[in-house]
Amino acid sequence: MDKSLSYNHIQTAHCENGVATGLLRHHGLEFMTEPLMFGLGSGIFYIHIPFLMVNGGPAISYRSMPGWIFSRSSKLLGVKVNRKKFNSEKEAYDYLNKQIQLGNPVGCQVGVYNLPYFPAEYRFHFNAHNLVVYGKENGLYLVSDPVMETVTTLTEEDMLKVRFAKGPLAPKGHVYYPEDVKQVSKEQLQKAIYKAINRTAFEMIHIPGPIAGVDGINYTARQIRKWRDKLGPRKAGLYLGQIVRMQEEIGTGGGGFRFLYAAFLEQAADITGNQKLISLSDEFTKAGDLWRASAINMGRIFKGRLNEQKDFLECADMLDNIAAIERAAFKELRKIKV
Amino acid sequence: MKKEDLPQDPSALVGVTRDVCYVKDKDGKYTTDLSIGWDVKKQALDNAWEDINERIAEAAIKVKNGEISPIYYFMEKKLMDLPLLAGYTGFWQWTIKRHFKPEVFKGLSESRLQKYAKAFDVSVDELKNFNG
Repeated sequence: MDKSLSYNHIQTAHCENGVATGLLRHHGLEFMTEPLMFGLGSGIFYIHIPFLMVNGGPAISYRSMPGWIFSRSSKLLGVKVNRKKFNSEKEAYDYLNKQIQLGNPVGCQVGVYNLPYFPAEYRFHFNAHNLVVYGKENGLYLVSDPVMETVTTLTEEDMLKVRFAKGPLAPKGHVYYPEDVKQVSKEQLQKAIYKAINRTAFEMIHIPGPIAGVDGINYTARQIRKWRDKLGPRKAGLYLGQIVRMQEEIGTGGGGFRFLYAAFLEQAADITGNQKLISLSDEFTKAGDLWRASAINMGRIFKGRLNEQKDFLECADMLDNIAAIERAAFKELRKIKV
Repeated sequence: MKKEDLPQDPSALVGVTRDVCYVKDKDGKYTTDLSIGWDVKKQALDNAWEDINERIAEAAIKVKNGEISPIYYFMEKKLMDLPLLAGYTGFWQWTIKRHFKPEVFKGLSESRLQKYAKAFDVSVDELKNFNG
């Protein structure tokens, strides 16, 4: 069964944005861009989950739940996303082959630990990576992975391994693709943008509890103030390193997704003609720049140059400052109306 | 971040891919650019690996001293934890903890060892004969 479907590979900062954007373009929504997808899907977020450890460090995320970006943006655009998960590897294998036969490029959720083309240093047990399968030739799947510069391939064996990675967020062979994609009018898109902005701002400000939304940033700051005494300098430094990795690693676009959101607001201003969005885009650029500055500051600690309690306090203060800027910006975004 | 400020510090990405970053161009408009890495995050990643490698080395010593079974060592080596290993093997977490005991490990059936070997992507012999 050899078949290569026409699918335009796109490289994006974030894998889910990339797969969703690529698939919607494939289905005729040519205007779709990564920032637009990210904004419509309310991708920007912040959460610090207490008591949960990821790779031996704090569980912090700068984005919403995996899968939500595509689901939420599709809903706003009137697109249906068909999703399938499997208990049996055989069924999952057959289903993917069938989609290729039908000429349908599909998104697959995979674990990165066994992804052979990934740099070894990045191969952790992270199960919410996404890629597009657009064909099969000589027993190899043709793969468009949005974090790669060019297309790549996977053997049948590797594909099954990564689709059936185990642990948190286990993909269970998850395959998805958009269905019944109709053209989106300018008015429809404008309305979707306003709705998405409002939802994002609502979540960042009003989500209950101290650990999520902008409040979560203050929560992390409070934790950082305790880390050095509680964990010792070395481990506390490693924890800061984990924050920086979640914030800056491949897939974030830099600045904990804040630059990506600023780019969305800039495009949103173009599409809606609402100039207020330009100045709010600038606020998120500022936030992103401060996140970068915070990373540099944390880096001085985990590189071993600084290691006093006052250095940790300074890191925490920087986060409180970022939280204040984001809180003000999201409050303004709440007021944005058609 | 301005386009000209985007760091280009060689990292683990070199030769594999580059990182898409959102930056401002000369006119103050957003655009994307590719980065080969940033030393701040490279250091964070290097530290994480250093920590992992220390844990693996400690596990090897414990196996050598007969304090713990090779299952623990391979769990660390494959960057797993109990919930993850439970996911791959189908064993309960407390069952796995019991298998960490060298004397329990010695009595494990071939089929159970096979499950661990598969999860760790090693042969049963490698698993059985690992002695630090």
